[in-house]
Amino acid sequence: MMRVVSVILYLLLAPFAGALLDGFDRIITARMQGRKGPPFFQPFYDLSKLFSKQMIAVNGVQLLLILSYLVFLAVAGSMLFAGADILMCLFLLSTADMFLVMAASSDSSPFATMGASREMLQMMAYEPLTLLLAVGFYLATGSFQVVDIIHMPLSSVLMMPGFLLGFMFITAIKLRKSPFDLSTSHHAHQEMVKGLTTEMAGPILAIMNIAEYYEITLMLGIVALFFLNQNWWSWPLAIVACLFMYFLEILWDNVSARVKWRTLLDSCWVVTLLTGGLNFLILMLIK
Amino acid sequence: MGILPILIGWPLLIAAIVPLIKQERIRGYVVYAGAGGVMVLAAALLGMWLTNGAQAMAFYQETEWVNYLMIAGELFLTGLIVYLSIKYRKYPVILLSVGQTALGIWTEFRFPMQPACHMQIDSLSMLMCMIAAFIGGLICIYAVGYMKAYHQHHKEFQDRSGFFFSMLFLFLAAMFGLVLSENLIWMYFFWEVTSVISFLLIGYTRTEEAVNNSFRALWMNLVGGFGFAIAIAVAAATLGTVQLEAVVQTGAVIPVALLALAGLTKSAQLPFSSWLLGAMVAPTPSSALLHSATMVKAGVFLLIRLSPALAGTMTGQMVSLIGGFTFIAASMMAIAQNDGKKVLAFSTVSNLGLIVACAGIGAEETIWAAVLLMIFHSVSKSMLFQAVGSVENSLGSRDIENMHGLILRLPKLTYIMGIGIAGMYLAPFGMLISKWVALKAFVDAGNFLLVIFLAFGSATTMFYWTKWLTKLVSMHRTKEEARDVTHRDQYFSMFIHAGCVLLLCLLFPWLATTVVNPIILELFGASHEVLSMSILTTMAIMLVSVLFVPATMFLVTRWAHKEYVPIYMGGANEGDNTYFVNSYGEPEHLYLTNWYLRFEFGMRRLMRPSVILSSGILIVMLCLIIGGAV
Repeated sequence: MMRVVSVILYLLLAPFAGALLDGFDRIITARMQGRKGPPFFQPFYDLSKLFSKQMIAVNGVQLLLILSYLVFLAVAGSMLFAGADILMCLFLLSTADMFLVMAASSDSSPFATMGASREMLQMMAYEPLTLLLAVGFYLATGSFQVVDIIHMPLSSVLMMPGFLLGFMFITAIKLRKSPFDLSTSHHAHQEMVKGLTTEMAGPILAIMNIAEYYEITLMLGIVALFFLNQNWWSWPLAIVACLFMYFLEILWDNVSARVKWRTLLDSCWVVTLLTGGLNFLILMLIK
Repeated sequence: MGILPILIGWPLLIAAIVPLIKQERIRGYVVYAGAGGVMVLAAALLGMWLTNGAQAMAFYQETEWVNYLMIAGELFLTGLIVYLSIKYRKYPVILLSVGQTALGIWTEFRFPMQPACHMQIDSLSMLMCMIAAFIGGLICIYAVGYMKAYHQHHKEFQDRSGFFFSMLFLFLAAMFGLVLSENLIWMYFFWEVTSVISFLLIGYTRTEEAVNNSFRALWMNLVGGFGFAIAIAVAAATLGTVQLEAVVQTGAVIPVALLALAGLTKSAQLPFSSWLLGAMVAPTPSSALLHSATMVKAGVFLLIRLSPALAGTMTGQMVSLIGGFTFIAASMMAIAQNDGKKVLAFSTVSNLGLIVACAGIGAEETIWAAVLLMIFHSVSKSMLFQAVGSVENSLGSRDIENMHGLILRLPKLTYIMGIGIAGMYLAPFGMLISKWVALKAFVDAGNFLLVIFLAFGSATTMFYWTKWLTKLVSMHRTKEEARDVTHRDQYFSMFIHAGCVLLLCLLFPWLATTVVNPIILELFGASHEVLSMSILTTMAIMLVSVLFVPATMFLVTRWAHKEYVPIYMGGANEGDNTYFVNSYGEPEHLYLTNWYLRFEFGMRRLMRPSVILSSGILIVMLCLIIGGAV
């Protein structure tokens, strides 16, 4: 019963949570840059405007693929919030991302295709850590099931601090934050135009944004997984940790410039080995 | 079970008849009949075995005259190799071939064995028979249409289709013999037959490249065969038995290690991968056969048979290390390939690496994953090869770059290819689920390196498949017209494959409980649920969602009213999304390519270090194993 409620809450509230975080992000970013920034609810205004626009498309399949992206992200998130298998959830997350890549390259547009290629590279960069992460949870708690992981006597972060560090590193990719915003960025007018989303407009772009909000919530849900345990106070702790982590991502976004793909791939893989790999080795040895 | 000799004899008969028929039409019908017959016979065997209680059954204790026949066969093969080696001036091969044949015959006369069964049917060999009969049979059917188109395209090669079909059927016969053999000497005979036939198939076009590649395949497989022959001699001399099961039960170190070496060569693991990569010079049906239903599967079949003796031993460590390393190295090199068949070849090597790694660990869970990987890989890979072959016949190229916008040009073939690719790596198709089980099993086995290999290898695997898939679905119109020259029999085969991929995923829970669990039970004497039923059902539901989400979205988006606009191209779009106005004011054709990261992941950069590293591991560990045992 709890699971059903949790999934329904996720499906209903995740876009709102994501949009609110986005509004928060925009204000903080603006303040860091010495600007005032938009109103807190700007993401909602943006969405409603995008939905009110005429539906224009470059081909017939783009909308279909973007909707599939949205649905798979929602399903992946539901698996996490239903307390199901974390590894399966992460696999589905990559399947969802694959639909995004297909949507972008279905246009056969130069800038969108470039964004799609870069997105694939980003997937290759972050995927090893996500797999190791699931394995880390399994070693630390003895189960792949989220519901077991959050009912441990102690937070799993105590066993896997390295994984948390590595995960923070790759979350910058998933949140499309600088220095890893290679495939598309929150800011247009760049060498790649708008990358992946170049050919998306109006309602299609709105759907893409909603999907991103689901993704933010999902990523922060995984961060919370590090902190949750059977005690009630772990929940507020996890929320604070998520917010703090999100703040760190914003800070990093603002103090760094975009890197080249080679740096992205190398740094992600090296960090994965150093944080996740090392932590995993230690967990395996003490088991 | 009088059907066993018929099952092996029928393809032999077809192989003997086919080259005699000069008329293409009639030959086609004979091939259909042959392939159909193989499938019917295999199904009949399955039916009889099931009605007999699906137990392991042993046959043929007294086989004196068959043994002599096999010796004659071996001598013939050796003679053939010697003749061809002299003809093409590849003399070192002669040493390998003559050496092992002499050793084999010497062993047979020097150590007469107690009568024991020579053939055995159990769940694993039954599964292998089914794979060989149905996938192999469909490939033969596909080949009829393919070879016709192939020789229309390639006038420069002599049409030796009759010989080609003959070899395909001979291969099936050898494969049946191999998987049903319990006696190592018999298995060795069929093992050598498959090596020689693959050699002949690879050299089909008789170009210089084909001849060189075929000899490379031959010598590498003969190295493995030599290991096999020594293993038999050692087993006969020290254990007094040449029964595979007895060798596995005693866990004798040297024979098991050498048999594992043979398995590694045949399943094209590093450092022996280059023979399979070179095998793609042959017409596509033979690649499909080598990669999916027969040759390489014989290697992993032997390793799975050996797996109880590999568990927790140094040999097992060697096998799993080589397998895991091959998995990641081959998947990295696949990124830099733009030739469709080459990507498939690397992907085969890589996936086999995973199966081999599972076999090397030799725990129940890993074998469970290995068997499932093998099933899914066979079907998907055979289908992919057939699709690439058909595309090549239609476009005149198998370059992935030329498949840009294929969905608009050859939609049917694109869907088939897409299903095959999705089956190879996407959640929740079978390959991925098996990978998931493998990951869990590696963690449970405490094997740090394999987990790392798997994590990074999955990422690179994802990259090269996604790249290919996006190329296919791109809505790009080109001026070049493509005419689909695929024959009906080719589509027949591919549609059945596509149906199988989807059905196997839907029936995953059934497959796991009725096909895989009995195999584990026979190999390990015990079997418990690797994945609980609830997880299996979740997966089936997920699969349905993967099929239905895009389908429903398709219907939803059909209703949505859309205004179509041209894409943004930097310069002004000429209106057809293919040409834009360049800075001279002239129309410029848009050309988009995939990303191959050649400098980072190219074969030139990675192949040599991987071969050196893996040879090092193999040689050092073999020395340690054999030195430790002597």
